[in-house]
Amino acid sequence: MSKYEIVIGMEVHAELLTESKQFCGCANVAVAPPNTHVCPVCLGFPGSLPVLNEKSVELSLRTVLAFDSKINKHTIFERKNYFYPDLPKAYQISQRLFTLGEGGCVEIDVAGQDGQVQTKRVGLSDVHMEEDTGKSQHGEAIGDPDSSLVDFNRAGIPLLEIVSAPDMRSIEEAESYMATLRQVLLYLEVSDCKMELGRLRFEASVSLRPFGQEEYGTRVEVKNLNSMKAVRDSLRAEIERQTKILDSGGKVQQQTMLWDEASGTTQPMRSKEQAHDYRYFPEPDLVPIEIDNAWLDRVRAAMPELPRARRQRFQTDYGLSAYDAEILTSTRDIASYYEAALENYNNPKTISNWVANELLGRLNAENKDIIASPVRPTQLRDLVKLIDDGTISGKIAKEVFDEMFMEGRDAILIVREKGLGQISDTSEIEAICQRVIEANPKAVEDYKGGKERSFAALVGGVMKETRGRANPALVNELLKKQLS
Amino acid sequence: MPLTELTAYQLAQQIKTRKISCREVTNEFLSRIEEVEPRVKAFVTVLPDEARRRADLLDKRLAGGEDIGLLGGVPVAVKDLICTRGIRTTCSSKMLENFVPPYDAHVAERLAVEGAVNIGKANMDEFAMGSSTENSAFFPTRNPWNLNCVPGGSSGGSTAAVAAQEAPLALGSDTGGSIRQPAAYCGCVGLKPTYGLVSRYGLIAFASSLDQIGPIANDVRDSALLLQAIAGYDRRDSTSINRAVPDYLASLTGDVKGLRIGVPKEFFVQGVESYVVDAVRAAIDKLCELGAEAVEVSMPSAEYALATYYIIAPSEASSNLARYDGVQYGLRVAEPGDDIIAMYSKTRAAGFGHEVQHRIMIGTHALSSGFYDAYYLKAQKVRTLIRRDFEKAFSQCDVLATPTAPTVAFEIGSKTNDPFSMKLADVCTIPVNMAGLPAISLPCGFQNNLPIGLQLIGNLLDESTLFRAAHAYEQATEWHKQRAVVEKS
Ligand SMILES: [Zn+2]
Repeated sequence: MSKYEIVIGMEVHAELLTESKQFCGCANVAVAPPNTHVCPVCLGFPGSLPVLNEKSVELSLRTVLAFDSKINKHTIFERKNYFYPDLPKAYQISQRLFTLGEGGCVEIDVAGQDGQVQTKRVGLSDVHMEEDTGKSQHGEAIGDPDSSLVDFNRAGIPLLEIVSAPDMRSIEEAESYMATLRQVLLYLEVSDCKMELGRLRFEASVSLRPFGQEEYGTRVEVKNLNSMKAVRDSLRAEIERQTKILDSGGKVQQQTMLWDEASGTTQPMRSKEQAHDYRYFPEPDLVPIEIDNAWLDRVRAAMPELPRARRQRFQTDYGLSAYDAEILTSTRDIASYYEAALENYNNPKTISNWVANELLGRLNAENKDIIASPVRPTQLRDLVKLIDDGTISGKIAKEVFDEMFMEGRDAILIVREKGLGQISDTSEIEAICQRVIEANPKAVEDYKGGKERSFAALVGGVMKETRGRANPALVNELLKKQLS
Repeated sequence: MPLTELTAYQLAQQIKTRKISCREVTNEFLSRIEEVEPRVKAFVTVLPDEARRRADLLDKRLAGGEDIGLLGGVPVAVKDLICTRGIRTTCSSKMLENFVPPYDAHVAERLAVEGAVNIGKANMDEFAMGSSTENSAFFPTRNPWNLNCVPGGSSGGSTAAVAAQEAPLALGSDTGGSIRQPAAYCGCVGLKPTYGLVSRYGLIAFASSLDQIGPIANDVRDSALLLQAIAGYDRRDSTSINRAVPDYLASLTGDVKGLRIGVPKEFFVQGVESYVVDAVRAAIDKLCELGAEAVEVSMPSAEYALATYYIIAPSEASSNLARYDGVQYGLRVAEPGDDIIAMYSKTRAAGFGHEVQHRIMIGTHALSSGFYDAYYLKAQKVRTLIRRDFEKAFSQCDVLATPTAPTVAFEIGSKTNDPFSMKLADVCTIPVNMAGLPAISLPCGFQNNLPIGLQLIGNLLDESTLFRAAHAYEQATEWHKQRAVVEKS
């Protein structure tokens, strides 16, 4: 156990799911040939002017509402000035003083000391809007060590920046924070959160302090984190680095570090790139954004139920365990699938088992999203109905489900076609029982001699003959009758 | 009378009634350009081929019975910071010497829709920074009234072109007086519209919160005609005002009875030459003779306008001009082995002239952390005070009358070593930009054969009243009928 307390804050950049960029009509796409989604505005050509995409404000408002931040109803854009080749205007349209949201918190689940799950609130310092930059490629990547090329497709894509307070105390908490944030952004349909495409990006700030000390240690920013794993590994490496410095009586430098995946270490950024005076001032080419109650009401009305609330509701309304509720609300699509299957058929427990175990299991195995599920919610519901009304047994149902998953057909068709329906015809079962009794005189004798277990062997015989389709209750009843 | 001495309004009428053709008009102005341009040097780029092609096209459409627009067949000179698709747009800077915009500015589109013929791109102070057009990276423009004098600036090329009858109309831009001051120096009518009346889309920015495009003409009717063609909402400029544009020509009634003219005493003091004060006072008297009444008003904050301007404009400019870094377009200076910082430094050192570099440095400093509150934020507060002064004044009057500039045009080179006195040339015009108001400059007298400018300032979006007052004054005087005679050197 280390003698230092870990203090982590997170900065999240999420590219918003708008159709067009933040200040021009170019399409907001993550993957395209270089410089194919550009125009004078997002290239910052002389004389071009930005026009705000209202949808980007709306998506940002959704997020701000979800985290209970205070909304600045009068908000403005500002220019953040710095020179960089992938920044076409040499300033980024951003927010600093009157950001869209201030404060608020993200509620995350953390493991308590007794092993129980506890809720922790990670405070937010601000939530603000800004435009994304282009992307530079250097030297080797483009086959010429002396050149750089810039792709401006990304320039001007709307970003939401969510800055947390330094409220996290372990890597696990940071991971839980990221997962929760990602889940909420996905629920809100604010971002597709594809980290591998850079649609969701994290930056961490880390410091250590002796337990019991109130004052924060010196903060180090860690950048270049493009996966959850990179965040986890870089935090571990950075904490280790700082621990060594402190242990040897040294002082941690306030600086920005870049995560280097290959070496598994954090490396300081060149100092030239660090010291910026961004010279913020209000963007004169845009007018202030006035957010009135009517607009807020519209955004509120379009807000989906958030994961935490939905999880709670699944437990109380459907009697699900905390564990099942969590799985079934892990994404908005899974939860919607589940509720669609429940519609007009009230068997939440069985359906939850089928969705959580069979369906998600198969989908995961094939790396498919639930949206692409070959089995529709109503089809799954009909399958469960067939079990409940005794048409098929649970065991047969799994066979039927496999067929449904492969072919996308209705359960009833498969059951009929393959003759999988349960046999509940008394005379048919009677005849089979008769045959099994005649074929197993030894078992019959043992049973009559008091060996109850021999009865089970006879039932097994009937089931084998019917490939499991015989109604078990009826088999019991009829066998007993014939044997007595 | 040669065609070049007709007004734009007359030219458009005669073309419409097929008395003359677009081709004839264009040719006349092109030969006038050929004749006087070597001495006046109003244009960075003359467009003879494009203009003739365009004139022929308009003639064809006219022959086909089409309405070719408000300015059908009238040549217009366009200040070289207004983007014109396929035609180089230099801002009179080495930085953009070979920059060819891939798109038209909103006003360029409007001119095309209304049938104007773009005859050339007019010289200016580099990136509109200056009051004499001496800061052009290419060459200074000369004042047609006296070739030894400056035409004013920064729209000096536009006003010189109109004064020298190289074009009947021109577009300029006004950030602190850049239309009105050169209009005064060249004896033109120059209007800075209300901020937001004319779209800035495609206007290469100097100071975004102050820049406004406006018309330069030989008389008030032509000024109203050109404003009519370019004014109006454009969704591509977020600061554009979404309101119906009034019929400006209909405001030229000649009637100023009961018009209250505010005379702000602060505009008639320090540095304003007595001949200017006399001419402006006489103009006010003339308007009163016509039925207007004069009231004295006070604008206590006006004296801070110049200082405030020299914080706000350079601050915005330092940001607006940061994009000229050699990466995408324009000049790039770099040697093998240079890193990106070296490329930026060399490009910007070579591409920008002294005045531009100077203002970028002032602006960068004013926005720096630790200075922002003392400079930029304070300047914005003063700006609010100036705006309130105007609001108060307009509760007592309909227009304000002031000098446009404290002097007439000065000699080329006489103030280049005295940048402060050069900046004083804008002391009467700058407060208007601070408040976003419309103002017009028109000739009201002469001193040593150089024109003196009268500035009328209007309330927000009240260009009509400005035109009405200016037109009434013009009809009662002869100043606008005098034309510069470009000396043969
Ligand atoms: Zn674009």
